[in-house]
Amino acid sequence: MTNDSDSDGGSRTGRGRGRGVGLAAVRGLALALVSLPGAVLCFVLSAVSIALIPIGIGIVTTPYVLTGVRMFANGRRVLAAEWGGVRIAPSYRPLPADANPWARTFGMLGDPATWRDLRWLPVDMTAGFVTALLPAALLLYPLEGLAIAVGLWRVLPDGYWYGFVRVTDQASALGAGALALVVLLFAHFFAARVLHGHFLLTRAVLGAPDRELAERVRVLTETRRDAVDTSAAELRRIERDLHDGAQARLVAVGMDLGTIEALLDKDPAKAKELIAQARRTSVEALSELRELVRGIHPPVLAERGLGDAVRALALRLPVATEVTVDLPGRAQAPVESAAYFAVSEVLTNAVKHSGADRIWVDLHHADGHLRAAVTDNGRGGAVIGAGSGLAGVERRLGTFDGVLAVSSPAGGPTMVTVEIPCALS
Amino acid sequence: MRVVLAEDLFLLRDGLVRLLEAHGFEIAAAVESGPELTRALAEQEPDVAVVDVRLPPTHTDEGLQCALQARRRRPGLPVLVLSQHVEQLYARELLTGGGTSRPGGAGSGAGGVGYLLKDRVFDAEQFVDAVRRVAAGGTVMDPQVIQQLLARQSGPDRPLTRLTPRELEVLELMAQGRTNAAIAARLVVTERAIAKHTANIFAKLGLEVSDDDNRRVLAVLAYLDHGR
Repeated sequence: MTNDSDSDGGSRTGRGRGRGVGLAAVRGLALALVSLPGAVLCFVLSAVSIALIPIGIGIVTTPYVLTGVRMFANGRRVLAAEWGGVRIAPSYRPLPADANPWARTFGMLGDPATWRDLRWLPVDMTAGFVTALLPAALLLYPLEGLAIAVGLWRVLPDGYWYGFVRVTDQASALGAGALALVVLLFAHFFAARVLHGHFLLTRAVLGAPDRELAERVRVLTETRRDAVDTSAAELRRIERDLHDGAQARLVAVGMDLGTIEALLDKDPAKAKELIAQARRTSVEALSELRELVRGIHPPVLAERGLGDAVRALALRLPVATEVTVDLPGRAQAPVESAAYFAVSEVLTNAVKHSGADRIWVDLHHADGHLRAAVTDNGRGGAVIGAGSGLAGVERRLGTFDGVLAVSSPAGGPTMVTVEIPCALS
Repeated sequence: MRVVLAEDLFLLRDGLVRLLEAHGFEIAAAVESGPELTRALAEQEPDVAVVDVRLPPTHTDEGLQCALQARRRRPGLPVLVLSQHVEQLYARELLTGGGTSRPGGAGSGAGGVGYLLKDRVFDAEQFVDAVRRVAAGGTVMDPQVIQQLLARQSGPDRPLTRLTPRELEVLELMAQGRTNAAIAARLVVTERAIAKHTANIFAKLGLEVSDDDNRRVLAVLAYLDHGR
């Protein structure tokens, strides 16, 4: 959030402040006069429109009404920025332009920002109205007091109360005048601040919750850094593997072929031997490339999707592994890949450390989450960290807002659950 | 012998065509995508199809699916599937015709199936031999598939631990789909010695002895895939 500029209520010269008071009073008065009927109208229309959704009319009207509410709220956002220096960022979710009324209505109702708007309306018509009107009142009320002091008291009914002063004669009228000066002094210092307070109040109710946002930013920064680190490390590993492996072997094959060419006539037996060697080297290069590819993006994953990729993985394990898959569609490629490598790492872990002789993998999608549960009947005691590789899995899942949960009492069984929010196509 | 070949990479397709033609095969069609393969298999009625797993337009397992489909339409159509990687999952599907029945089970239509890494093409003689065996209704499995299966079945207190190292070697070659004669040649022993080994293996694993080569391979594969 930007710092709130305190230009109207802060360190100005006396004259500037005097003008600021007048300005605040005029603005506040205008605001109060517009906001009260506006807020009431918006609120009533919204309530009626939403109430009419069950009989269908509301589905047509609600998008228009809510759009009106947004315009009203946006108007206040603009004033808050221009008059109070208070920035309230709108956080409405975008809707598809060609959405039908049904999708628009429920899309808007599903947006937390809509509900913040609707919550703000009653606040605005009460506390908001008062805080907007107060600067004007602080300025106009002293004028009445001064008028009383200079003679207006004569025409007022006997025992008129100005504030807490009962006006009966010139002396008490002067008391009223004194009180008016005090109020004026108060207005001088506080009128602009009260209006500023109005905008702060608006931000508190209308603005997106700051704390959650800050936390989210923190998490995103962290996971993004992890993602960048991980992918950089992966690229380095791939480069090294290619350089020391397949690439070097292909160079060897090329050299062998050159030698074979030279030997072909002179020493056919030796040439034949080298041909066999060149073939062996190329087979090795291929198998290295195959392993490398498997580590980057397993071919079965590309060909068949997550379910079969995990099934194929299970078939390679030395421990009997049962795989149940209930996925009605495919997740996006990066999510599939992350889930695959997470499950792969968890399985490797189970095979290496648990001493289990049976493993169960369950893959399913529910409530917008892809869940993978790996259970083994081993000795338990698995923890995240402790060099188990699970910490790495957790870090990599973070990029996808995925989580890892481990339940592993001593003596087993161990159950590791991986959960990634995603939609299936 | 007429071959339909499906491979999307020009270099490899060209190389395979030359290799097969050099060994006396007739290339009925050399295609580069799934739909073309389906059409070619229907129109050409080849003696054997050599198919790459990954084909356009989807670049997924299009080739495998086309092959399985063709075999459902024409049971026993010999298909040799080639891939850059081998997966037991795919081997199992090929052996069971994409269904869930066990390989070698009654009416599974198994036989005339091959599954090899593309690397095996490097050894032209062996590759051509594999194509011929598949065309003749035999079963050919890549050594890597067999090694993976053996690794899974070789834990402690598994029947495989009762086999001698030589018997394990014979089992591995047998599971790849080789005949006694071929195994004998490979291990440089007599065919009689191999016959004795196979009899021992079948006895130790509790498998029914079969004279038919292909039924024998399927029995062994089923055993390795599912254990007992």
